[in-house]
Amino acid sequence: MTSPVTSAVTSAGSGAATGQRVLVTGASGMLGRAVAVRLQRDGHAVRTFQRRPAGVDGADEVRGSVTDANAVARAVHGCDAVVHLAAKVSFTGREEEFRAVNVTGTRTMLAAARAAGARRFVMVSSPSVAHVGTSIVGAGAGPADPVRARGHYARTKAMAELAALAADSPELRVLAVRPHIVWGPGDTQLVERIVNRARSGRLPILGSGAALIDSTYVDNAADAIAAALVADNAAYGASYVVTNGEPRPVRDLLAGICAAAGVPAPGWSVPSPLARAVGGVIEAMWIRPGWGEPPMTRFLAEQLSTAHWFDQRRTRTSLGWAPAVTLDAGLALLAASYPRR
Amino acid sequence: MTAAALLPPAGLPGLDPAWSRLVEVPRVDGRGGSDTWHVLDNAVDLAAGDETAGTLLCVHGNPTWSYLWRDVARAASKPADGGRPWRVIAVDQLGMGFSERTGRTHRLRDRVVELGALTDALGLTGPVVTVGHDWGGAVSLGWAVEHRAQLAGVVLTNTAVHQDLGVAAPAPLRLALTGGVLRTSTVTTTAFLETALALAHPPLSAAVRDAYRAPYRTRARRVAIGDFVADIPLAADHPSRPALDDLAAAVRTLDVPAFVAWGPRDPVFVGRFLDDVLDRLPQADVHRFEGAGHLVAEDVDFAGALLTWLTDQEVDTPDLDTPDLDAPELEDGVTRTPFRPLGAAVDERADDDGPALVELAPIGGGGPRSISWALLARRVDEIARGMGLAGVGRGDRVCLLVPPGADLTAALYACLRIGAVVVVADAGLGIRGLSRAVRGASPDVVIGVERALLAARALGWPARRFGAGPMSRASRRLLGVETTLVELAASGRTPLGGVPAALPSGGVPAAMPLGGVPAALPPAPGPHDPAAVLFTSGSTGPAKGVAYTHGQLAAMRDVVGTTYGIGPGTAFVAGFAPFALLGPALGATCACPDMDVTAPRTLTAAALAAAVAAIDAAVVFASPAALTAVVASADGLDEEGRRALAGVGVFLSAGAPVPPELLAAAGALMPAAAPHTPYGMTEALLVTDISLDEIRAAAGGEPAVRGVCVGRPVEGVRIAISPLDDRGAATGALTGAPGVTGEILIRGAHVMDHYDRLWLTQRASARDVGWHRTGDVGQFDDADRLWVEGRLRHVITTAEGVLTPVRFERLAEGVAGVGRAAAVGVGPAGVQQVVLVVETVPATRRPGLATTELTARVRASIDRPVAAVFAVPRLPTDVRHNSKVQRTRIGIWAGRALAGGRLGAP
Repeated sequence: MTSPVTSAVTSAGSGAATGQRVLVTGASGMLGRAVAVRLQRDGHAVRTFQRRPAGVDGADEVRGSVTDANAVARAVHGCDAVVHLAAKVSFTGREEEFRAVNVTGTRTMLAAARAAGARRFVMVSSPSVAHVGTSIVGAGAGPADPVRARGHYARTKAMAELAALAADSPELRVLAVRPHIVWGPGDTQLVERIVNRARSGRLPILGSGAALIDSTYVDNAADAIAAALVADNAAYGASYVVTNGEPRPVRDLLAGICAAAGVPAPGWSVPSPLARAVGGVIEAMWIRPGWGEPPMTRFLAEQLSTAHWFDQRRTRTSLGWAPAVTLDAGLALLAASYPRR
Repeated sequence: MTAAALLPPAGLPGLDPAWSRLVEVPRVDGRGGSDTWHVLDNAVDLAAGDETAGTLLCVHGNPTWSYLWRDVARAASKPADGGRPWRVIAVDQLGMGFSERTGRTHRLRDRVVELGALTDALGLTGPVVTVGHDWGGAVSLGWAVEHRAQLAGVVLTNTAVHQDLGVAAPAPLRLALTGGVLRTSTVTTTAFLETALALAHPPLSAAVRDAYRAPYRTRARRVAIGDFVADIPLAADHPSRPALDDLAAAVRTLDVPAFVAWGPRDPVFVGRFLDDVLDRLPQADVHRFEGAGHLVAEDVDFAGALLTWLTDQEVDTPDLDTPDLDAPELEDGVTRTPFRPLGAAVDERADDDGPALVELAPIGGGGPRSISWALLARRVDEIARGMGLAGVGRGDRVCLLVPPGADLTAALYACLRIGAVVVVADAGLGIRGLSRAVRGASPDVVIGVERALLAARALGWPARRFGAGPMSRASRRLLGVETTLVELAASGRTPLGGVPAALPSGGVPAAMPLGGVPAALPPAPGPHDPAAVLFTSGSTGPAKGVAYTHGQLAAMRDVVGTTYGIGPGTAFVAGFAPFALLGPALGATCACPDMDVTAPRTLTAAALAAAVAAIDAAVVFASPAALTAVVASADGLDEEGRRALAGVGVFLSAGAPVPPELLAAAGALMPAAAPHTPYGMTEALLVTDISLDEIRAAAGGEPAVRGVCVGRPVEGVRIAISPLDDRGAATGALTGAPGVTGEILIRGAHVMDHYDRLWLTQRASARDVGWHRTGDVGQFDDADRLWVEGRLRHVITTAEGVLTPVRFERLAEGVAGVGRAAAVGVGPAGVQQVVLVVETVPATRRPGLATTELTARVRASIDRPVAAVFAVPRLPTDVRHNSKVQRTRIGIWAGRALAGGRLGAP
């Protein structure tokens, strides 16, 4: 894959170029790692910052938590730009934990970046920050809504995004990228859960399975973030939803992932209002330390039974980016990542 | 009780407080003192130095106030389309809205004079266009007739300028005017106010309803509402009667441009008030907003329509009238033959005893019956004279609700002969659609069979009723039938003043010898006179009335005759009822097969063969549904039938898209015939034609399917393409270049004159002078063949560009296991996703996502990303043809399903 923007980096108003030192936080995750690898290939010097080893070849690594201001300051020291992915991502959990990592952590990161003299800050956010529970049908990136967003994750990410955009200034340019449902080979979040449940016959289709859902192949999201880092100054101070731009009925999407992994596609369905109600009950009972992720939450039920797809036109023109890997090509790459049986 | 004028409270939705002014005006009754008006004046919005086009003087009705015109006040200061701004003066009539409660009763005459005093006080100079609603319409017209020097135009919305003493007032009005009820409903309570506010379609928001209530909170503030209602002069001795009568007469002398915006869902100002307004202002441009009601300014974008109309008046618009039919040659090089009326052939063959019309199964039973040219000519003449005696004349609208056959043919040509305008709406519209169409066309007379007149009575169509076909005395009384076609014919042949002989009810009476002087016939109508209003199928919204002149109908006959070689001496079978009406015009013998004309699928191969044999027909017309039925019943043909069909030279299938497989199957039954299918529409019955061979050649020679190939324009028709922009609007300059997709425009002498009472629709369709915009999209190929790609409103606007549906449907229909397909766009304009909804073979039982396998096959057949594929038991289609898939409806259904909603049937 080639970057569609490398030729545009010297254009007027551009505040960044290749050859920068970039801090990537949360690089132990699938997307963070892909971003780090991608930026290195673009000629940037990359440093990663996360609690666990990220293992990105050729990258400088600082270990620590975004809740630790000293560690953050150490990590960002000497960097020209920050790509901030570190976050607590979960369907359940206590609000304080989300707040500490997602809100306070982001503020700490912003302050440290400014103090270190960084010029650019790409906040990796989520479309759920503007999602108030109804379907999203071809809408653009609405303003983050910390009051009405659903669940602790979305609410705290909304606060974090607002804080980040408020910090946008001529000295430190900030923009937010919101990739939607990122998946790909090695994905321990979505893909692995879907595949595990499908394998044990516990993956239902909610409602008719027709809810139209867009998603993002991991390399496309990494490309978009890399493009954002070198985008025109005019693109900063705003949020951009990033997806493949190929919405599919949730049934088709799940079937595609299951087929790639070689497990049977979900064959039973649950009416979506029932699923939401059951999800709510389970969610309420589940929040005890050590229980891990519940099998179904209200948030997840809603995500899988209402439409989520977006108007990508502004994203593509402002970031000078277009997805290079189609949904079908992404599924083929996913299939190739599983051992042949 | 008196009260001073006030300013409206702040915060009323859409109302800018800066517009409100109080204006003190000296009293006009010579008693000294003054009255204070509240008016909305948008002068504050007009930039200094803005040259205004003039002033819109807006007068509300009862029980509203100037708030009704807030959108006009806003829109007028910055009109779209580059028009000049208008100043708006919207008044609250005295005692109403926030104007002074004077303690006096203001009658119609007072209100007109008071309004004049107000405009004097305001010092209005320059041109004025009056705008009125409800009883404000009469007041505004009163001002208009007294300020002719300043008057530049009049605009009316649901109003009345005349109360015919001979006709009962609408029931709601009579009830409101009943003594005790009047005061209670209008003043003591808010019943009248609330009723008026409930007439909005869709309902007003709570905030807007509250704004209308704001000036009428107390009994004392509502006195004028009651006075206004009491001032409606229903009786001859009413004090305001002379003023209204004078006004109604004076309106006829207004020669300024007029615009009438009408909401048909109005229980008080019903259709006949619109007819009366148009009768008095024949120059008026009128738009009936189907679905809108009394508060048309709330229901639709009236302000936008008004400003569009005003801008049009300013621009020196080229004459959009019909090209001059008398000129032998137009600038496009099409030579015109001199005007020959549609019925000319019937007149010319008045002495010909050969068959004009053969009905294999006439209505009313009995064996085949043949009507000679001589009998047809005589019947047309008799009915024409009889209708004249019955008071039907030039310009009167006559709605024909008679099944195809001799009666319909005779009545049609009789109407055309006397210059009456024929209104044709068919039962294929469904009873609601039919009723809406008939009401919209506002016929003076309905001629119908018993069933149709029953509907006319039940649905309250306000027209005289004439019977067709057999009808009992009791039915006649019950249905209010004045006369029948049989009686009209009898009176038409009876010497003037004579008594028609008693006739058996029903059946064709034997010709009677002429004695004495028959009733006179009026002069024959000319080519520019209105001839007919035909209704569209309504497959894309409410059916539209399409108005034709005599010249255009004659041109249509000539186009059909030339294209298919039909004329005197030829014979054809009309398996598609409308064509039976054209036979006499073409001078060709026409046979109607034994079938239920309202159900085309009842035509059997044997019945078709019998009709062909009866007249030795060279040409066969059949709708696709009829043709399908013929093919399906081919086993019932005997040897004789096969021989008869083998003699057919041409057959045509029209009315809806015809699959080539069907043409081929029918062609096998008529081996000597060249199968043809024309492309046309209610607005121009014949635009292009293509033969089966050409369809096959087009399919074989194309690298990719473009849509449906409909062939080349027939003689006398020109076609142009207006390319689509990236929002899917047909804004491009007209072109004939191949490979460019856009809206299909047509021109020709047989294209309709205009849409009936749909000024905005007509304006949009005729915005390229001399051309008609069809609303279809398509493109030419390299061989000058036209391909239809769908309806303009069904184009799919994706982020990657604009796509058309028919191509995708054709590709999907080529997939094994797929029957019919509909391609629709889902999502907001500009980022829509392509979705396919298909019928499967065999049919699926429940609607839902197609199987993963079928989805994959459909996706693979289409060279664009397809977001989803649904399988449904049946795609909804249009009522009339049962063949055009209703993409708008399917798109809404698919959109709901894909948003995570429940899956009902589409």
